[in-house]
Amino acid sequence: MASYVLKRILQGLFLIWLMSIVAFVAIYALGNPITALINPNSPADVIERVTRELGLDLPLHEQYFRFVGNLLRGDLGQSYVTSQPALGLILERFPATLELTLVAMTIAAAVGLPLGLYAGYRPQSLVGRGASAISMVVLSLPSFWTALALIIVFSIQARVLPTGGRGEIGFIFGVPTSLATLDGLRHVLLPALNLSAFPMALFIRLTASGVQETLHATFIRFARAKGLTVRRILFVYVLRNIVVPVITVIGIVFGVLLAFAVVTETIFAWPGSGRLIIDSIRSSDRPVIIAYLMFTVTIFIVINLTVDVICALLDPRISLQGGK
Amino acid sequence: MLAYLKRFLALPTAALGLVALVLLALAAIFAPQLANQNPYDLASIDILSSRLPPGTASVDGYIHWLGTDDQGRDLLSAVLYGLRVSLTVALVATSIALVIGVVAALFASYFGGKVDAILMRLVDLQLAFPSILTALVLVALLGTGLDKVIIAITLSQWAYFARTLRSAAMVERTKEYIDAARTLKFSSSRIMFRHLLPNSVAPLAVVIVVEIASAISLEATLSFLGVGLPITEPSLGLLISNGYSYMLAQQYWLSVYPGLVLLLLLLSVNLIGERMRQMNNPWG
Repeated sequence: MASYVLKRILQGLFLIWLMSIVAFVAIYALGNPITALINPNSPADVIERVTRELGLDLPLHEQYFRFVGNLLRGDLGQSYVTSQPALGLILERFPATLELTLVAMTIAAAVGLPLGLYAGYRPQSLVGRGASAISMVVLSLPSFWTALALIIVFSIQARVLPTGGRGEIGFIFGVPTSLATLDGLRHVLLPALNLSAFPMALFIRLTASGVQETLHATFIRFARAKGLTVRRILFVYVLRNIVVPVITVIGIVFGVLLAFAVVTETIFAWPGSGRLIIDSIRSSDRPVIIAYLMFTVTIFIVINLTVDVICALLDPRISLQGGK
Repeated sequence: MLAYLKRFLALPTAALGLVALVLLALAAIFAPQLANQNPYDLASIDILSSRLPPGTASVDGYIHWLGTDDQGRDLLSAVLYGLRVSLTVALVATSIALVIGVVAALFASYFGGKVDAILMRLVDLQLAFPSILTALVLVALLGTGLDKVIIAITLSQWAYFARTLRSAAMVERTKEYIDAARTLKFSSSRIMFRHLLPNSVAPLAVVIVVEIASAISLEATLSFLGVGLPITEPSLGLLISNGYSYMLAQQYWLSVYPGLVLLLLLLSVNLIGERMRQMNNPWG
């Protein structure tokens, strides 16, 4: 078990190192960052001074060492636009994204898993057919489309929910959150619902197909022959067998959602890190883009590692084989 | 082939999807003939007739069935041309990604060992990121524009093809006919492309269809966010985005019609993909 975890951590570190090279190349090799920083028509001496101040006149490998040195100290450069530390900007916005993602995941799991269980158990029933049809439609649609549909229905036609913004922020145990106030809840509902559409559809599909497959297994037939109740078969025998893939997917989807939040946050004017990245892309603010990239990669790796360890704990077959 | 088509059409939704897709493809191909005006020809559009509601007659005598946009373009014409752009971008990007993925997978499975390990690490790295993130970062670094969007979509897709084909080819390469071909001293490329590829292509077909849909969706998302195609080549995503600002003014048609066409396009492609997946499944 320990060697398995160690191996996974080393793989994760290798991936982060790989990303640091990508990030470096992206900032320094693709085009001169100077042109993004100051007016290219500035006098030659100004351009030269700024180049020297930023260390852009050094040879590439020295720039890379400086870059990695700064990286290790948590310094991912400063925004070209606001001159604030790039990582600070992201960390400042990240709690809003995390909150949105957690609410979305909760909605998705609370609706998707039971629906998927039922749809797998009774695929021909009305609920079963409906669930798979809806998940099919949702998985086909880009999330900006569903976001617009939600806004048209709930904000423009019915006028019951706001079109965007975060609303009033309250405190629960000293943590600032929109969930503490009614106004905040009204604001979080539509974006969270929109963000939850994709994982919900995925959960429905995954649990449904998992249940269907497991129901074909011999041990289910034996459980039936033993006269066990349907409830016990479904919630103990079947559920235990599909829990590993479901946890894996929850982990992966959580990471995906942090990225998907880019679209949702932009449309609903949610002040999270996803909106920040779109603004940065539009203004070619490379340090912020790179910082976001490194930050997201690290989170992805931590999530994947956690998921792998949990799955290895739940299913001893995984760690014994030493990987997938 | 005909038997396959017959089995395919046995499911009504799949048949419906195929019919819808064929109609949309025809509309895209014959857009110049079907449209009332060339939406990019500045001489034919009139700013005075901007944002007319659907069904209004134009000064030139025809009817704006879907209304006009904020520049005074006939929305139906714009949607037809937008469909053309969306489909072209998706097909071009998917084809390039397919070629890269197929070559990578064949090399990996045929040569195995180190080649396989390196290529599959790359695939894992790629698959670790959601495609929207890869595409956003690439667009951020390369800049926006038609070619950049195609590169971004290609790079976020090739790994899916590579992984699917590799796992199928891995099973095939241990079979006797590959040994036989090796004994006959056929060249590596002949064995890869003439023997391995045709025999492992079935699961790949499903992924191709699904990836075309996701390419359409990805391009629409990028364009909607304003980091995709330039305003001179409005795809469906860009049309939706343009109209969105007028949504609050109750001028719904600007976004809703391009949105519905996008919905129809994505659904029809996905229904086809779904049916193909079902047919590969022994319980289907």
